[in-house]
Amino acid sequence: MSGAPTLALDGVGVRYGGVAALHGVALAIERGHVLGLIGPNGAGKTTLVNAVTGLASLASGTVALEGRRIDGMQPHRIARAGVARTYQNIRLFGALDVAANLAAGAFARPGRPAEADMRRALERAGIPDANLRARAGALPYGDQRRLEIARALAAEPSVVMLDEPAAGMNPSETTRLVETIRAIAASGIAVLLIEHDMPLVRAACDSVVVLNFGEVIARGTPGEVARDPVVVEAYLGSGAEALA
Amino acid sequence: MIAQQLLNGLFLGAVYALFAVGYTLVFGVLDILNLAHAAIFTAAAFAAFSLSAAGMPLPAAFLLAAVMAGIIGILLDRVAFAPLRARNAGTLVPLISSIGVAIIIGAVLRGIYGVDERHFTTGGLDTAPALHAGPVTFTTVELTIFLSAIALMVVLSWILRSTALGRRIRAVAEDRVAAALLGVDLERTIAATFFIASALGGAAGVLTGLEYNSVTLDMGGPIELKGLAVIILGGMGSVTGAVVGGFILGAVETFAIAYGLSEWRDAILFGVMFALLVARPTGLFGKRALRAA
Amino acid sequence: MNLLADFYAKHSRLIDQIGINAILALSLSVSLQAGQLALAQAAFMGIAAYVSTILALNAHWPLLATIVAAVLASTAVAAILAYPVRRLRGVFLAIATIGFGEIVRVFANNLSITGGAEGISGIPNDATTPVIYGALALVALVLFGLSRTKFALAVALVREDEYAARGVGVDVGAVRTAALALGGAIAGLGGALYAHASFFITPTDFGFPRMESILVWCVVGGVTSPVGAVLGAALLSVLPEAIRFLADYREVTNGIILLAVILFAPGGLASLWQRRGAAAAAAAARTA
Repeated sequence: MSGAPTLALDGVGVRYGGVAALHGVALAIERGHVLGLIGPNGAGKTTLVNAVTGLASLASGTVALEGRRIDGMQPHRIARAGVARTYQNIRLFGALDVAANLAAGAFARPGRPAEADMRRALERAGIPDANLRARAGALPYGDQRRLEIARALAAEPSVVMLDEPAAGMNPSETTRLVETIRAIAASGIAVLLIEHDMPLVRAACDSVVVLNFGEVIARGTPGEVARDPVVVEAYLGSGAEALA
Repeated sequence: MIAQQLLNGLFLGAVYALFAVGYTLVFGVLDILNLAHAAIFTAAAFAAFSLSAAGMPLPAAFLLAAVMAGIIGILLDRVAFAPLRARNAGTLVPLISSIGVAIIIGAVLRGIYGVDERHFTTGGLDTAPALHAGPVTFTTVELTIFLSAIALMVVLSWILRSTALGRRIRAVAEDRVAAALLGVDLERTIAATFFIASALGGAAGVLTGLEYNSVTLDMGGPIELKGLAVIILGGMGSVTGAVVGGFILGAVETFAIAYGLSEWRDAILFGVMFALLVARPTGLFGKRALRAA
Repeated sequence: MNLLADFYAKHSRLIDQIGINAILALSLSVSLQAGQLALAQAAFMGIAAYVSTILALNAHWPLLATIVAAVLASTAVAAILAYPVRRLRGVFLAIATIGFGEIVRVFANNLSITGGAEGISGIPNDATTPVIYGALALVALVLFGLSRTKFALAVALVREDEYAARGVGVDVGAVRTAALALGGAIAGLGGALYAHASFFITPTDFGFPRMESILVWCVVGGVTSPVGAVLGAALLSVLPEAIRFLADYREVTNGIILLAVILFAPGGLASLWQRRGAAAAAAAARTA
């Protein structure tokens, strides 16, 4: 394996109409590493994930997966190359059962996942006892979020991007989520975490990148970034809660 | 010659436009393709025939048949669409249930009237005097039909632009959830929309029956599909587009027949429609975004 | 035994029709399972019917060869059609495919090789009942086999959520094309058999009314299982005949049944069967 980072963005720009949703974004994630992506609403965080997964086309820049460029590839090919994600508004296959959702996650892998593989994915996502035959859309909200994570893990990806997985969770669930995320990284996956919940970011992330108006305005450890006056300004200026 | 063809196209187009407007109104407000529209078109023509045969003067029969069509439209919504709305069934399921209602209406008409062609016996339709205005010739009947269609479309435009009901309809078409939040009575507005759309479609049916002095069970077939082409041309959900599209279709058809392409005119029409869908699904005037799954 | 033979002799045409209608209903079910309301089955049927007929009458090919050629033709057309409509969804896809069907009808109406508006007559009547039901069994077998594969999973994912499907590596475009092509192949089989079970074919046999009928059979029977398609086709083909006493009103029951299914049993008749089966199993489990 080369020394290239698992996922590397360089000079990434995305335009919607005449507006630059992202501009000159660069970041890199290694296996075993959790990178937090934070910023006020509308800063471009989900757009960045869409750019990586091929749902948004790049106006400029490159995205590389283990040294190999994936920008411009079709979304399903990027997924097959080892990039998995969860969605800000849950996008499970709600009418299908848990087992089918996990089989869907493992779609790009040869054959179908055995029940043991499914259990492993559920375990890693923190819902080891989930009923494989239950309809995905009928699960409790927190379990649905974790099932989305399990679906992403079922692909045995190199990179997992979690888009606000803690939304709607209470503090104790969020704490459990920290363990889940760290365990995912420890298993050799590069993790990108988009979140608004600062304690979660502080506890789960090794480093943080801050976006505002589509540009990176700061990067560093969670502690460094929280103290950065530029970042505080961005949050306070947009009326969001301060980084306490 | 060209002027005459243009006039013929105008007359033909007016009725196409009237029919298409009803289609597009329902689609604009509910995202549903109502395939019972053509059945209502036909039912109104038969109703007007029966009323006129019973002695009612044609104008009254026309209006009453249109009103009856409007009522059928409200019933159609109650039976086939409203229950599906309640359980969030999407946009393809209502299309299929509209086919169910169309089958029922067709079967009932067949049961009542049988398969024979009917003709209006009053009003001297076949002996209307021809008028001349410069290079063009037309009959009083054709002119009356044309003016009636125009009048109805003007009324619709007035309703949509200048009345509270029209504002409500436009609000629901724009954003159903927001409209409900702002206090619009959804079900009543939708019922009103169906009444108007079906009354117009029924009116188009009566006018078509009068135009050719022929009322048959399958008179709705051709216009049902051409209506689709019109609303794609004009843009789904755009009333202006449906009107313009209807006239364009009337003109294209008339010229195609005049210049010897008659047998291929449907292929040309649908070929253009297909190309439009592939290239620009929103049509000439439509603002509706492509509904991806 | 004699009773059966009598019954068959009186109703053989109807029995053949049911078999063909079931094949056509199955052809649409593939697209519907992928979430695509692609309404070109009647056109595919027509293309195959004409190809099969022309090869049989003009080139004197044997039945099987004409069927194979016809199916290849309809499959190719379906696969090609998938390309321009690849970005169309929902109602727009429905309208585009309806338009395509009309274009095919006009061509059939105007070409001399298809006999124009009068169509072609004198077709050898060699699609016998065993042939038709053998073909139906083959189609059912193929679909059943496919239902166990990853392709079936991909189809379900495309139907449920295209974006999420892409996100797990499903090539949505390829799945939609394959579904359309498979539907085209099966409809082609139905069309070729239809031609060889009828004495003549005309362009109006393959227009929008036929397409509506296929849609109704498919929806009433249930999209998700071959049994459903057969049920729907059978019921709706038999019913108008069985209730002749309603005379000209008899088609009304088809409309009522369609509405009833949509409103009360959206999975079609087949789903009612499954529900009964599931309820029985649950009851048995309780008493065990």
